[in-house]
Amino acid sequence: MGQYLARRLLLFIPTLIGASLLVFVLVRLVPGDPALLVLAGSSGDIPFTQEEYDNLRASMGLDRPMYVQYITWLGRFVTLDWGKSLYYNSLIVDELKPKLVLTMELAILSMAIATVSAIFMGVVAAVRQDTFVDRAIMVFSVTGLAVPTFVMGLLVLLFLVKVFQWFPPLGTVYIWDDPLTNLKTLAWPVLVVAYFNNAAITRMTRAQMLEVLRQDYMRTARAKGLIESLVVYRHGLRNAVLPVVTLFGLQTGALVGGALVIETVFSLPGMGRFLIESIQRRDYPMVEIIILIVAFAFVTINLLVDLSYGLLDPRIRVR
Amino acid sequence: MANRTDNTAPEAARDAQTGAAPARSGLAGFAHAGLRFASRKPLGLAGALLLALMTFVAIFAPFLTVHDPYESFSGARQVAPQLDYWFGTDNLARDIYSRLIIGTQVSMLVGFSVVIISVTVGTLIGLISGYLGGWVDNTLQRLMDIILAIPALFLALSFMAVLGPSVANVIASLSIVSVPVVARVVRSTVISLRESMFVEAARAIGAGDVRITLLHILPNSFAPIIVMASVLLGLAIVSEATLSFLGVGIPFNIPSWGGMLGGEAKQYVRSAPWMLFFPGLALSLTVLGINLLGDALRDTLDPRLRGLGGRPI
Repeated sequence: MGQYLARRLLLFIPTLIGASLLVFVLVRLVPGDPALLVLAGSSGDIPFTQEEYDNLRASMGLDRPMYVQYITWLGRFVTLDWGKSLYYNSLIVDELKPKLVLTMELAILSMAIATVSAIFMGVVAAVRQDTFVDRAIMVFSVTGLAVPTFVMGLLVLLFLVKVFQWFPPLGTVYIWDDPLTNLKTLAWPVLVVAYFNNAAITRMTRAQMLEVLRQDYMRTARAKGLIESLVVYRHGLRNAVLPVVTLFGLQTGALVGGALVIETVFSLPGMGRFLIESIQRRDYPMVEIIILIVAFAFVTINLLVDLSYGLLDPRIRVR
Repeated sequence: MANRTDNTAPEAARDAQTGAAPARSGLAGFAHAGLRFASRKPLGLAGALLLALMTFVAIFAPFLTVHDPYESFSGARQVAPQLDYWFGTDNLARDIYSRLIIGTQVSMLVGFSVVIISVTVGTLIGLISGYLGGWVDNTLQRLMDIILAIPALFLALSFMAVLGPSVANVIASLSIVSVPVVARVVRSTVISLRESMFVEAARAIGAGDVRITLLHILPNSFAPIIVMASVLLGLAIVSEATLSFLGVGIPFNIPSWGGMLGGEAKQYVRSAPWMLFFPGLALSLTVLGINLLGDALRDTLDPRLRGLGGRPI
């Protein structure tokens, strides 16, 4: 396991550096001078002098070579020294913290609900293959995959407004202020995102279970007199769950996209909606930091998935 | 490359060979395979028909609109669906049906362009990477890893933030994030085929690297590529709609499904629900059709998923 861990970590660091390099280059492709943007504001009509401009360029390090800029930039990101927002004139780290917490809440809750329900539904569908239950679960998940998250969100919104006269709340309550109200606000967005993620995992679990159920060791387990639920969950699911774990890593990517749109649909002040707003305000330092946070989180989650894969399947470690 | 003379072809290679397209060639073979597919996979046929319908609408869009999609009709703001305005009108008194038709054109244009570009580039990278191996493979794969390190929609959004909204930019951004997906699949197929008997036979009669790659390995990789293309088509259409919905995709002056759902439309969820309902339905039906077709294609073409009863999973 130690060797597997070391090999996986060695791959992890270049990927992180590569991703950060991509973000660095990407944001520098933006036409225009960042110093000019800071001085003239996003609307471009604040007056300034040449001396101010030169000083700012020097303090932002724009007069130094690219690789020096990249290293300083990465160092500042890692030490949470993220600088100021162009729009808010406040520290980026302070602006982002509450929004990050909200998005993480949304992501963790919906992933948990999606995974637990999907594995259960996948197993049931496989065990009752070709029955009404199986077909119903499959229709449910095919619909989940076909209706994009934001359309589903809008439909749910439409339904809630028409039937319950419910509107998305204007203000936001954070979990440390009032956990109950906070969860109430998040309930529908969480369910919509969970539905989309549930669909893919259900199908994967079902396909894997169908294969595992036909294996010889399943018959052996039954032959030695084990009760059916133990056969299915202890012998079956354990063997079927491995590819599902890989899917889990990929799903976090879809989850990020889901959070991005669902926050816009339900007017939640999370990081996804904030990213869109920052893009529209041309607040590039903010955009850069948000993309980088998401990239680092995604790479890290996939590393953890790979490591857990090694833990779950001894064969992987040897390879 | 090192094991070129190794006779024990990996199991995956044998599977891939038996699962490749039937030997019958030419138009007759194609028609035969199509008919067999249609009779065995009714859901796949339904999906194919849905996709064909949308493509038809996209191609003949100018003849299918009943009103000018850009014109505001005085006194017809947010009119409910009726004889004159089949799907109602929006908050700027424009005909939703005609805008949907033009939106179909945008969605299909983006979807098919992204698939054609990313499948061509991705296949090329996958072939080179898988066949040559070594440092070329390593370099290309690390590049692909970097693109895959950022969630696709997020990366496409970042590109759009930098490039600004336009149809060409949407196609470019979505193609960039799709290329690594194709490259990965093609590469793994090539690696499993590289050691197979028919490649060895071709080499024995003196075929060169380019000939082997293009005439022997590539045709045997078509099955996974076709399946991948159908998945990418659905993803590209949803991603385009999502970007447009968020206001960073197709410019707002061009009607698109995502754009019709985004912006101010949400405010009228109570007074004019048809503004959301019809674009949402068009988008969902298209994606459903593509998914059904893709599932059926995978069942038919991907040998690893055979033996599951032959039904769509």
